[in-house]
Amino acid sequence: MRPINTLTSTAAPLPLPNIDTDQIIPKQFLKRIERTGYENFLFYDWRRLQEGPDAGQPNPTFVLNKPEYKGAEILLAERNFGCGSSREHAAWAINQYGFRAVIAPSFADIFFSNAGKNGIILVRLTNAEVETLIQRSTANPQHKLTISLEDQTVTDAEGFHATFDIDPFRKHCLLNGLDDIGLTLLHEDKLNAYESNHQKEFWLSPKANIA
Amino acid sequence: MTTSTPRTLFEKVWQQHVVTEPAGEPTILYIDLQLVHEVTSPQAFEGLRLANRPLRHPERHVATVDHNVPTTSVHDRLVITDQIADAQIKALRKNCADYGIELFDVQDAEQGIVHMIGPELGLTKPGMTIVCGDSHTSTHGAFGALAFGIGTSEVEHVMATQTLPQDKPKTFRITVDGELPPGVTAKDIILDIIGRIGTDGATGHVIEYAGSAIRALSMEGRMTICNMSIEAGARAGMIAPDATTFAYLKGRRFSPGTKNYELSSFAKGGGSASPADTIDEATWNLAVEQWSALVTDTNATFDRELAIDASTLAPSVTWGTSPGMVTTIDATVPSLADARSEADQKSFSRAYEYMDLKPGTPIEAIKVDAVFLGSCTNGRIEDLRAAAKVVDGYHVATTVRAMVVPGSQAVKHQAEQEGLDRIFKSAGFEWREPGCSMCLGMNPDILQPGERCASTSNRNFEGRQGRGGRTHLLSPAMAAAAAITGHFTDIRTWKFNK
Ligand code: SF4
Repeated sequence: MRPINTLTSTAAPLPLPNIDTDQIIPKQFLKRIERTGYENFLFYDWRRLQEGPDAGQPNPTFVLNKPEYKGAEILLAERNFGCGSSREHAAWAINQYGFRAVIAPSFADIFFSNAGKNGIILVRLTNAEVETLIQRSTANPQHKLTISLEDQTVTDAEGFHATFDIDPFRKHCLLNGLDDIGLTLLHEDKLNAYESNHQKEFWLSPKANIA
Repeated sequence: MTTSTPRTLFEKVWQQHVVTEPAGEPTILYIDLQLVHEVTSPQAFEGLRLANRPLRHPERHVATVDHNVPTTSVHDRLVITDQIADAQIKALRKNCADYGIELFDVQDAEQGIVHMIGPELGLTKPGMTIVCGDSHTSTHGAFGALAFGIGTSEVEHVMATQTLPQDKPKTFRITVDGELPPGVTAKDIILDIIGRIGTDGATGHVIEYAGSAIRALSMEGRMTICNMSIEAGARAGMIAPDATTFAYLKGRRFSPGTKNYELSSFAKGGGSASPADTIDEATWNLAVEQWSALVTDTNATFDRELAIDASTLAPSVTWGTSPGMVTTIDATVPSLADARSEADQKSFSRAYEYMDLKPGTPIEAIKVDAVFLGSCTNGRIEDLRAAAKVVDGYHVATTVRAMVVPGSQAVKHQAEQEGLDRIFKSAGFEWREPGCSMCLGMNPDILQPGERCASTSNRNFEGRQGRGGRTHLLSPAMAAAAAITGHFTDIRTWKFNK
């Protein structure tokens, strides 16, 4: 995982509550063998026209299809983002599409944990604060926000200033780019020491034959 | 080394693998061996790539293909038409090549169900920690290893670090003393245990199986028992290594002291010994000395204990849709009054309906449409020998389709050397290529809706062997007898032709 401290970017507003993981990534993409390549399946159905002669074509009114929101690294949504099925694919898709943070009033538990494993910053602000940010990004797609993980703040050039809470352990992991594997590797000196001794215990090696 | 506190087998293996115990975090446990198969590994490899991480110890990883491999014919295995299966198998080949992992591929002499080949190759050893992205990894505990199944993100964790963060499980000793009556097997012991303690009876625990009846079992039988520990909810099952264990391992390809291993001797010996003159005895003896310490100390205590008298056991058959819904061949389908709780009553009612059975029906009166002999529970040479002995001189009932799927290439080869394939084929069984096959209802090895199957596998959940399929779990000899008569039959009264 990449370490992250401050993020300054435009934001894509998705002003809906209860966006579930089925919407974030539909189930037909769960059969794939890859962990990458999910970016094109993010909000797959919402990105396409569902009916009419152009069904299947890009839906020009969907925020991610609007050229002015290209490159946004922050997603804005309403409460209970990421509810529904536990699929980690939802976090993969969001991450691989290029979002590094989601700001919403609340997140579903499992998605919260999956996002953490994938280095996505989840920022919980009040309803009113999120409302303000959605309005500003809707009115001006070039509107930039700055998230400071160190200071736990979200700010913009127009004087917006909000603080958010984050679990100190999770903050530490994000700041240092540590996922579960990274955390274990923090103990690498201990691991190396263990191994140098353990390798001698040949009766516990998978391939203990005399090659 | 002397230690003051008596320790269990599990504690000895656990402690030997503690890398560090960081305050407020789970223990970091060293993993000696990770077994890899095509279904649960692709996204773990991808995760490594994504994070640009190396795989720390390729030599501590071994891969094979089993879950999705067609078992119908060699041709079908080489040209796989199921696109998902094909993609997964190809991905495994590429991943193993990219990361330097030894892969035993579809037609290699060493290929087989992942939990079969570990022991056959001597990769599995007493005192090791072994993981695999498959719940029946508990099988390897039969050698006194601590072996358990893990999820895909954990698979990746082991690839990257050769460790896993783990909370220490509790301990549970099940002591089975006495002599098993004729016709009663390891499968019947474990089905009886699951019936007694329930499918969540050992949740959070590592079971140690002990007692004279366990000691008397072959390695095959011990593996059958440890395999189904997971069906009792246990994290793992273990049996202390002894002379039987050492005799099984000596001279196997990756066993300590084995040198100049020739593949031809692997095939010849059903995956077993290399000729005695290619074993370095001193090295072997050193390993045995180390392994011999892996027993539970007298006075060591367990969080739970259960004692079973082997002489009271009878051949078991599951009647419902969970391995805990089990009874004996001479009994009847239990009534609601036999359920232990209200929740159990509900699942009993649902099971009667799904299985199309009425309480009070004698088990022997239940007719079967299909018989499946195989899986990592009972796809070993001893299982096929036991079944062939029953089948010899008989023919499968006209109403039954029956198949034998050896668990590995080595077992298949050995069985063919012994002529077991001819006994099965002339009795009307299909003789298949090795793999998981109907254990998980892999196309086209699948039950039709409403079909009833006597199966030597380990799970009888709704739809496990195909949507609407009805699975009854039992021992290989009992499955063979059902294939001949067309209904469940008490093996204790069987007329053997030879
Ligand atoms: S034989 Fe069945 S239980 Fe064993 S590994 Fe294969 S699918 Fe799993």
